[in-house]
Amino acid sequence: MLTKRYEVQKGPEGYLPPAAAMMGIVPSEPGTSLVEGQMVLQETAMEKVADALLQAKNPVFFPGPLILWAWKEGVEEKAQAIKELADAAGAKIIPMPDYRPKYPMINPEIEINPNHPNLTIWHNNIDVCLFVGVHCHYANIALKLIRGGTDCYTIALCAEAGHEDAMISLRDVGLDQIRQITEIVKKRKETQK
Amino acid sequence: MITQKIVDPEKIYDPSEKESLFITGSEAVKEALRRANVDMAIAYPITPQSESMHLAGDLFAEGYIKEYFRGENEFAVMSSVAGAAMAGVRVFTATGGPGTLRAFELFPTWAGARLPIVCSFMTRGINSPLTIQPDTIEMACLLDSGIIMLHAETAQDLYDMILRAFMIAEKTDVHIPVGVFCDGFFVTHTRDTVEVAPAEMKLPPYDAYSSPVPAMDMENAPFRHMRDPFVMKSNFISYATHASWQQEVMAACERSRKYIQQYLGSLIETEHPDSEILIISSGTAISQGREAMKSARAMGLDVGLVKIKSIRPFPEEEIRLLARNAKHIIVPEFNRTGWMAREIKSVIEDTTKVIAGPRVFGGMTMPPESILDEIRRCSK
Repeated sequence: MLTKRYEVQKGPEGYLPPAAAMMGIVPSEPGTSLVEGQMVLQETAMEKVADALLQAKNPVFFPGPLILWAWKEGVEEKAQAIKELADAAGAKIIPMPDYRPKYPMINPEIEINPNHPNLTIWHNNIDVCLFVGVHCHYANIALKLIRGGTDCYTIALCAEAGHEDAMISLRDVGLDQIRQITEIVKKRKETQK
Repeated sequence: MITQKIVDPEKIYDPSEKESLFITGSEAVKEALRRANVDMAIAYPITPQSESMHLAGDLFAEGYIKEYFRGENEFAVMSSVAGAAMAGVRVFTATGGPGTLRAFELFPTWAGARLPIVCSFMTRGINSPLTIQPDTIEMACLLDSGIIMLHAETAQDLYDMILRAFMIAEKTDVHIPVGVFCDGFFVTHTRDTVEVAPAEMKLPPYDAYSSPVPAMDMENAPFRHMRDPFVMKSNFISYATHASWQQEVMAACERSRKYIQQYLGSLIETEHPDSEILIISSGTAISQGREAMKSARAMGLDVGLVKIKSIRPFPEEEIRLLARNAKHIIVPEFNRTGWMAREIKSVIEDTTKVIAGPRVFGGMTMPPESILDEIRRCSK
């Protein structure tokens, strides 16, 4: 029985951290998001995303196949919007082009892989990362491995039901939400000048 | 075939106009499939399941199911079903008893590959000696296979659960198989009144583009993993990945709780839940328990009933809270191992309250009097 509420905090959490869902963290309802395991309004989570990105020393976006390839209408616009968000936040982009385990070794300079994401994070000293366009199963696996073995703060912008294993998880994210976050980032930067 | 219209699932689950049919459990499977917009059904006969997939074949002949064939055996069927689901279609099959065990390797494979297959298990005894009679022991084998397990008490439950199982299985954050279990013969071969939605309605199609894994592609996982599995590599990273993968499958099952609550109301149903004596079980054992409860209450005894509908995920918190108030918990079961009693003991605080029985197996019936005897012993 859980005696203390589990919190989805940045790691390294340990040798084999649990899946957040098994520790009582419930996916957020439509219109809401998760921040460190707590359900909040989506607007609040967007502010937190902007804060995390702007306070980071080395923020990096990890776009996955769902946004790297123009496989259906609207994806190109969404990819463009993600690029604009990354530029606004001063974040680099390292793609996750597919999910194959990379043996004998990955080149962490140019890509990240869900089966050993920690290698890319360690190599590039990434302190905040943002997942977008990664199939949910692989995003969850990678997010948990990152929480287990690194001190990287994780953000997931998901087009489906979101990811409890991320420290900030937004669900049902489309073009409008991405642009909204970009606007918040830009406004924050203006006020910081 | 009549012309069907795709409607919101809620309209099928709770239609304003219902039709009452007096049908067998196998026929209830047919009526659920008729409304489920199934792309493909693959069959292999085994008693007591054979009739349900035979009737699925009738639906194919009538045009309600797009593709249907008989596999070489249960292992082949479950493998073919996996291929169909990986390719992105809504697929259904059914088996039972020795058929379940013959195909066993595929059930955790389905879950691990995040396939939203719906399979009905019409349970029966497993060898040896050979029996075709009702028994729920195969469910014990499947408890940790990674699939969602719903247990139907009646033909109505069977219809309801199959029709809802597709929606639960296909949620992006769940997307693992759902097994809908019923007790062979008791449910499959007896007639009962089943309320069904109008046959003009059918569920929305499966949207494979919302899958948490890519559709079948030899260069992408999970296919690539099967061809070049990371488990074959001897290093910490490959072990950690595999562990994380398995944790994610368990997490997917955990996430299904809210959808089971949405579509089935709850993971349990209760009658007189604050009673001193609770009968807790699932399937037709709970039907017998209900008769015993009625007799006991007529005698002035304080007895209630808890019907467990979802075996995986297990209603841990619900059972723990109910058990706190009870003095005795009687767990009738149709198997020799008492797996349900073990499940209940694993989640409650005082396990000495649990009476793991009565249990019958090998095809024996369970007279309500045998449960009443336990109630009388507890009441002394």
